[in-house]
Amino acid sequence: MSFITGVGLTAYGRHEGCSSLDLMSKAAALAIADAGLKRAEIDGVLCGYSTVSPHIMLATVFAEHFGIKPVYAHAVQVGGATGLAMAMLAHQLVEAGVAKHVLAVGGENRLTGQSRDASIQALAQVGHPDYEVPLGPTIPAYYGLVASGYMHEFGVTQEDLAEFAVLMRKHALTHRGAQFREAISVADVMASKPVALPLKLLDCCPVSDGGAAFVVSRETTSEISVRVRGCAQAHTHQHVTAAPPLSELGAEIAVARAKQAARVAISDVRYAAVYDSFTITLAMLLEDLGLAGRGEAASRARSGYFSRHGEMPLNTHGGLLSYGHCGVGGAMAHLVETQLQMTGRAADRQVRDASLALLHGDGGVLSSHVTMFLERVR
Amino acid sequence: MSERKQLADWTTGAEAIVYQSCARCGSLQYFRRSFCSACGAADPLDKRASGEGRVYATTLVCRAATPETRAHIPYNIILVDTAEGFRMMAHGDNDLCIGDKVKARFAPFAGRLIPYFEKTK
Repeated sequence: MSFITGVGLTAYGRHEGCSSLDLMSKAAALAIADAGLKRAEIDGVLCGYSTVSPHIMLATVFAEHFGIKPVYAHAVQVGGATGLAMAMLAHQLVEAGVAKHVLAVGGENRLTGQSRDASIQALAQVGHPDYEVPLGPTIPAYYGLVASGYMHEFGVTQEDLAEFAVLMRKHALTHRGAQFREAISVADVMASKPVALPLKLLDCCPVSDGGAAFVVSRETTSEISVRVRGCAQAHTHQHVTAAPPLSELGAEIAVARAKQAARVAISDVRYAAVYDSFTITLAMLLEDLGLAGRGEAASRARSGYFSRHGEMPLNTHGGLLSYGHCGVGGAMAHLVETQLQMTGRAADRQVRDASLALLHGDGGVLSSHVTMFLERVR
Repeated sequence: MSERKQLADWTTGAEAIVYQSCARCGSLQYFRRSFCSACGAADPLDKRASGEGRVYATTLVCRAATPETRAHIPYNIILVDTAEGFRMMAHGDNDLCIGDKVKARFAPFAGRLIPYFEKTK
């Protein structure tokens, strides 16, 4: 068994003067305190990467900086899926008895530590160096390609996609840590600057500074605890040129494996935390995961199904689209919010019932997928 | 390792699109390797593509990240399903639609030569 015993999250946006290590340290300290642990009790450390401060041994750089000497430590790199991949590995490490309390931490000063162009350029390198990158793609362009194909095949419109930007912004309005807290409409999304059509500025997550962390433990440290019920991955390709057909992407494979591991059905799920780097990412993943039928995610969003008081509350902190995206920490915020919801600590964002949650992360261009089910136990 | 002569393609500045075909299992691959990624057999055969295909996906890039690419915006990045049966990324006319039949020429972009697809009737 393993439990998410503590979570920590900074505000996302501008943290002028903070390094990646500063942001990681802030989030880590919050998560350890939240778990009711002392630093010295952390015996495992997993971290992601920082595009601003690349290092071949970030986990030990962090451990030394933070002042801990773990028995197990290394970095994990699967793009946007890194946070959930760390959660899965931490779960397996504590189950295997390698460590008692594994700290997973991500943080980056991606907004103020480098120019926006540098961020966009660094991320575009997930493309093939010979056959894709010379064509001048960006991450929005890779997802713009996917969006055009998906919209064509399943009859999804730009207005449909805009619903998800509006929904994530609506959720962010009540979170003080969110980078964007001004309401937007479908018309605002449609009128926003073109980035990589069909994707426009408000279809894209921002670049942010921020940090997130959580502790995964062998035994629970509080009365209401959140247990990892089961998880799985799928990796079908790296480059969009080599991606499988739209109906055979890794999310479907990962969720099928995770359902089997956790022995749950989608109908058991009460809260969803789904990767939303772009509106198209969220729409597709919701449909791949079985949280909506093909081409139906937008109408569900429009009807309030994914809203705080809807049947399947989704990313109630505002997601990457509006809470913000600081790299590895970006999607870790989804897990932090889920743990807060499941333990009844989400304040005025609290949903009625978050007893069983489905989390999903995506890295690359729908390349790497991690699905996890969490359940509340008393 | 391969003794076979590699065909030059656009990735090294030649006006050609080249793919590989496995002599053992018949699989096609676009990204060059010294082996077949489907069955592992060594030395897949280099073949020159006709440059004909159909548009699979498009995105009009309006925000670029380097001064060299910014000079070209907006530019249309497309995925093409080639007549030979492999998929490739390229540029194309800005008004291309999914399903359009296209044919490649080569065009300069950010100091390189790249495949550029135009609509055939």
